[in-house]
Amino acid sequence: MAKIVIDGIEYEVNPNNNLLQECLSQGLDLPYFCWHPCMGSVGACRQCAVKQYRDTEDKEGMLVMACMTPASEGSIISVEDPQAKDMRERVIESLMISHPHDCPVCEEGGECHLQDMTLMSGHNYRRYDKKKVTHRNQYLGPFINHEMNRCITCYRCVRFYDDYAGGTDLSAQASHHHTYFGRHEEGVLESEFSGNLVEVCPTGVFTDKAFSSNYARKWDLQTAPSVCTGCAIGCNTTPGERYGSLRRIVNRYNSEINGYFICDRGRFGFDYVNSEERIEAPLARKEGQLAVVPKGQLQSAIDTFQGSDVIGIASPRASNESNFALRCLVGDENFYSGISDAEHEATQLILSLAKDSAFNAPSVRQIELADAVIIVGEDVTNVAPRIALALRQSVRNKAKELAEGCNIPQWQDAAVRELAQHDRSPLAILSSYATRLDDIASDIVIDSPTEIANIASAVANRISGHAPAASSDEASVAQIAAQLIEAKRPLVIAGSTSGSVSQLQAAANIARALNEKRGDVIDLCLLVSEVNTIGMSLLVNERNSLGAALEKISNGQTKKAIVLENDLYRRAAKQKIDEAFQKVEMLVIDQLPSATTAKASLVLPSTSFSEQESTYVNYEGRAQLSFQVHRNHAAALPAWRWLSDQQSGDIESLINRCAEEAKNFDKLDDLLPDLNQFVAGMKIPRQSHRYSGRTAMKANLNVHEPKQPVDDQSVMSFSMEGIPATKDSAVLGAAWSPAWNSNQSISKFQEEINGDLKQSHVGELLIERNETGSYLSLDQRPNNLNENLQVAVAYQIFGSDELSAKSNTIQERMTDAYVALSPKDAKSLDLNQGDSVSLDGNGNIAIACIRSKMKQGTVAVYCGDNDIDRHSLGTTIALSKVTEAKMKRGIQGLIVSDLCEEGY
Amino acid sequence: MQASVIASTATQARKLCAEEIKEIEHEMQLYPDKQAVGLEALKIVQKHQGWVSDESLLGISKFLDIPVSDLESVATFFNLVYRQPVGRNVILFCNSVSCWIMGSESMRSYINGKLDIDFGGTTDNGDFTFLPVPCLGDCDHAPVMMVGDDLHRNLTEGKVDEIFSEYKSKE
Repeated sequence: MAKIVIDGIEYEVNPNNNLLQECLSQGLDLPYFCWHPCMGSVGACRQCAVKQYRDTEDKEGMLVMACMTPASEGSIISVEDPQAKDMRERVIESLMISHPHDCPVCEEGGECHLQDMTLMSGHNYRRYDKKKVTHRNQYLGPFINHEMNRCITCYRCVRFYDDYAGGTDLSAQASHHHTYFGRHEEGVLESEFSGNLVEVCPTGVFTDKAFSSNYARKWDLQTAPSVCTGCAIGCNTTPGERYGSLRRIVNRYNSEINGYFICDRGRFGFDYVNSEERIEAPLARKEGQLAVVPKGQLQSAIDTFQGSDVIGIASPRASNESNFALRCLVGDENFYSGISDAEHEATQLILSLAKDSAFNAPSVRQIELADAVIIVGEDVTNVAPRIALALRQSVRNKAKELAEGCNIPQWQDAAVRELAQHDRSPLAILSSYATRLDDIASDIVIDSPTEIANIASAVANRISGHAPAASSDEASVAQIAAQLIEAKRPLVIAGSTSGSVSQLQAAANIARALNEKRGDVIDLCLLVSEVNTIGMSLLVNERNSLGAALEKISNGQTKKAIVLENDLYRRAAKQKIDEAFQKVEMLVIDQLPSATTAKASLVLPSTSFSEQESTYVNYEGRAQLSFQVHRNHAAALPAWRWLSDQQSGDIESLINRCAEEAKNFDKLDDLLPDLNQFVAGMKIPRQSHRYSGRTAMKANLNVHEPKQPVDDQSVMSFSMEGIPATKDSAVLGAAWSPAWNSNQSISKFQEEINGDLKQSHVGELLIERNETGSYLSLDQRPNNLNENLQVAVAYQIFGSDELSAKSNTIQERMTDAYVALSPKDAKSLDLNQGDSVSLDGNGNIAIACIRSKMKQGTVAVYCGDNDIDRHSLGTTIALSKVTEAKMKRGIQGLIVSDLCEEGY
Repeated sequence: MQASVIASTATQARKLCAEEIKEIEHEMQLYPDKQAVGLEALKIVQKHQGWVSDESLLGISKFLDIPVSDLESVATFFNLVYRQPVGRNVILFCNSVSCWIMGSESMRSYINGKLDIDFGGTTDNGDFTFLPVPCLGDCDHAPVMMVGDDLHRNLTEGKVDEIFSEYKSKE
């Protein structure tokens, strides 16, 4: 720690940071634009000028940019110095010369960093009355609006999009007063993280297009702290609601997980919540059709699903509470997993590795610390996008190391990048197709799924001879092994979504070999596909797979089943499910109609993630609490409520019961905030103190102001009254602090910049590591050596997740199901780019997608929104050209690096 | 870094001609990576084509395997990389302070009247494009301008007439 003096007051600061960051860490207000807490400094905007003095004798001082000056021991600075203040006022005046001042019609208004900084700098009269520079805006796709006239050229957008997120299609163009930030021509922004531009841009150049067409000011949104349900990472989010509909999602800071950024699936994949197709009332089958259950008959209809012979099928997208309530209802023995058998097997292996003391499941922040990474078989960008963004930071550890050697501070962003050029920490990707991380990879091996497992095994064996023997003629094996051995913090990434248990086993062996060789705990990041796959799997007995449930049904051992928030047609082959559904009477609880609800005899509507308070367990085994944001306007209830005695019980007592009774869940109740910890026991309002129109918003229905709904379930209230999170962030939905209306106000809630939030916690790691394991022998299923092609499963960030794929915004970016294959295979099958292809000739039609880097003999199948019955496909398939076209969207929107052009 | 030319325009890329490729490949030997050759490639293409069209830009992006937006960033930064068609002869007319003192304003309006184009304009017959530049580094002979690769000093109305007729007669 170093001591510095700011305006005559002594502060203890971290000398490795710059003055701006340390001023903000100390809670001081100092305006800035181009600096970002996790992108460092470039000194582009000149807004954070302060006076620095040589020593106590120096009365003159000199103006310096706080973001470009280290907070070194003994520094004496002044923020309040009149010259410094004058400089800041003039700088913002010049930045604002051509700003249109269109705040009333700008989506950023009310949460605009530029508004805040203008006020803070004291620039309140515009002297410039000449013609302003104007720009033409671009169409940037369904997610982002472009309004270049508002730009103040801070360069944050390209620094995030290109430098931080690795995008290639947004750039700074031209120079001086007509600098332009856009694409080389109109078109969809390709990066999976483009939505963060909305939050990174300090003004309204890049705004949320979906929100814009259904807009409300920040202060008019009802918000609560929530958790994204788009994948297994569990990024923290703040959804906002108004007039009964969910309007937008923004990032909510969590130092261990998402930090300042989320992916576009998480940001734009929510509007299924507002869908007109939502199930609104309990439905029962009457003369073959589903019809609304008359009042009074509901309870008796539900009661028919009780008894010892009723089985329950769990769901990886339902909360712990709903899954636990179902388990309580049907009993341990009758509670079955809701994922495919292959995924169940892989998940069980993941759970056993999660208990192994040789490994650590790294958080997203820890992934950024890795300095050598191997990915075995997972398409991280499409399966767990936020981790792909973290990996882009991990390869920069080499640059940071180089900078340290040259005495360049880490926050000197431009200098560190210039120094490193293309030097990166090693990242090896073993995959069956080219991925979106290939541009930063040091070693890329593209091969068939079985060969990938074999190569990974060879890497493990190379690291330690105790690992099962495997031989591969792949040249990079030795290099990959050496990189992992030599690294300070190696990281192995694998998971269940590759669909290959042997790849997972081989990856575990690499981690174990590293543990044996190095003697330290190894970061082993195991990805699963859905928000609560881990939570659900912890509640289910290992032998209670979905296959076992289907067998029980076909044996006639059970005639009744309760299916919790799950479309089983996504979990097993259609034929198997069809057979089972003929023999069983089903109660299905879900939010939206599905192929499964269509076969149910009773359907109960459940609330969406934003309409309920619930907990989820992410890929690390980290449990997190997500609060209810708004009420469901129809008759939907949280699934757990349908499954337990409806009259009594609340979410807190259910969480407490789950913590007591369920193995591994004993820390779950630590997530619950205690009302006593807040001021005078008052609740936390979901609405801001500026929330407008509450007395009038329902005046079209009734001129009498309705009573605000009461939430007796939660520490939050559906009103403006109560004590909002000020600097206490135990329950922090939308961050706001006096003079800081934008998301940059988060710095007021952090212990220090980029640190934890004050008084909050980052979730609870549930799984204890107290077991020791051993090497796994590879479960290589016999590969029937025929003419067929080996199948790898492909995913898309927009489309592979069941619920977000029902969102209109996401649908605009989705593609049809496709089968990716090599040019040689395409040629021998006489296929052209975009042809319709039948898979195994059993009615599954996909579009041929010829990719130059595919290995001959391997195809990658993307199933679309369950358009292809994946579980009916074997490990190898035969392809044949068909004339019937089943194109809905085509594959034009597909963003891959190796798509062959027509006539390859 | 890999170029990901979006599908909609990838097919519009112009195939660079053999001479362009030869010259670009020569430059590639002189630089550590392809990214650095971007500016040289733009200059080479402009030399051969007169200007850099969208199709040429995509062609260079494809040839060098660098993102087209990076290339556009460079192309638009430098005023003398022409992203619009220009006339056969480009007049670079100094409008900086020394030339201004020496009467460049009246010279500008003279050229304006004579060719019927102002800054940014190209004559209808495609002979001349008229552009301002901040300084040509020849202040002691102000006012000055360049036409094509030639520098013309101590401009007077008579001299301008002479210069233009000379370039016209060249064709």
